[in-house]
Amino acid sequence: MPDMLSVIASLIKRDVTTALRRSSDILNPLVFFAIVVSLFPLGVGPEPNLLRTMAPGVLWVAALLATMLSLGRMFSSDYRNGSLEQMVIAPYPLTLLVIARVSAHWLMTGLPLVIMTPLLSIQLQLDAAATKTLLLSLLIGTPTLSFIGSVGAALTLGLRGGGVLVSLLVLPLYTPILIFGAGAVSATATGVSPDAHLSLLGALLALAITFTPMATATALRISLD
Amino acid sequence: MWFTKYAAPVIFYPIAGKFIPWLGGITLVLMLIGLYLGLFVAPTDYQQGESYRIIFVHVPSAWMSMFIYMVMAISGAIALAWKTKLSEILASACAPIGASFTLIALVSGSLWGKPMWGTYWAWDARLTSELILLFLYIGFMALEASIDDPRRASRAAAILALVGVINIPIIHFSVEWWNTLHQPASVSSISKVGKPSIHPSMLAPLFIMFIAAKFYFATAVLMRMRAIVLLRERHSHWVTGLEELKS
Repeated sequence: MPDMLSVIASLIKRDVTTALRRSSDILNPLVFFAIVVSLFPLGVGPEPNLLRTMAPGVLWVAALLATMLSLGRMFSSDYRNGSLEQMVIAPYPLTLLVIARVSAHWLMTGLPLVIMTPLLSIQLQLDAAATKTLLLSLLIGTPTLSFIGSVGAALTLGLRGGGVLVSLLVLPLYTPILIFGAGAVSATATGVSPDAHLSLLGALLALAITFTPMATATALRISLD
Repeated sequence: MWFTKYAAPVIFYPIAGKFIPWLGGITLVLMLIGLYLGLFVAPTDYQQGESYRIIFVHVPSAWMSMFIYMVMAISGAIALAWKTKLSEILASACAPIGASFTLIALVSGSLWGKPMWGTYWAWDARLTSELILLFLYIGFMALEASIDDPRRASRAAAILALVGVINIPIIHFSVEWWNTLHQPASVSSISKVGKPSIHPSMLAPLFIMFIAAKFYFATAVLMRMRAIVLLRERHSHWVTGLEELKS
């Protein structure tokens, strides 16, 4: 029996490979992210100072929505082709397999979002220091979004209207991350140190890694009942 | 354990039926006393005038909204751990009642806000976390409604309630912090008005209303639980044989 780490590694590799072969799965949330951010100046007007104050919130909310849109496919194709059942009955803790799956999900949605953000922050007139904090906050915050989102994805597996439902379940739980993430950027923009916000984001990530895989694993078992 | 036998729906149903009229009666009496003391006896506030009297509805509702979420999450945890039918039913009976208390707290809070803050909605920390609590309740009910098998629905919703109950303090403190960073100081200085120690003549009705809300919750939750028991066990022998359903 292969040891646990190599199982996790091969699971992540498999997920990343299948995602790369269907690149629209990766690109669509990114394009969505870009479109949402570009719509805001059209809605509120091109005034640079206004855009600069709104930028942290706009970018974070758009990242939140883009992550949420991609949650649907976290487990659904494995659920349909039956490989999810194999994972549940595999002789490995389901929580570890969930961690592997969520990590792969973050690599394919969260990380590309972070990489694309500098472009959009130029659009919204953010300066270099604020952009740096924005990247850092997204880098710590988006994995938390994936972990919390995995609970919602597992709970709504195979349900009709799962897409809207998952947003109802997950978005209220995202509020602390939004507050600290956007708060870190706003703090930098006004010349205050963002360390406190970033530390809290880190604490939320630690909490999410510890607790959500258990909830997701239980939810998966219930969904497969 | 001796009390576990009461968790059987067959035994629970008639006993709950006996409790409901008593609990309902106590609710009614307490509520009448509390409202009379609150609306007629308690003196007018020197700063807020008459409009402070909304706290006799607002504060108990806000307390109950969080208390009921705790009850829901704990009974959900029991349902997940021991697969007891009655705790599943208790959790799903809690949700609509808790959501109504949350809504009452929000509406009464914003009605109080109009004369006090000059606006129906301020992004006050407590108001905001109450709003998010309402969203959590709605998510719980939406998830439960979209799963056809009632037992599966209850267990899925119980997980959501547990994740939510860990999140509620985090949400509350994050909103509080966000609020102190973003709000102009004027609102927080006005909201301090509610904080000084309350005179006993105002505290007594508040306390009575709080107990009344607790009794109302007990009454309503037992009535809802009885209805859910009947719905879920409608094909079982003891339900089809119930005298009260035959007429």
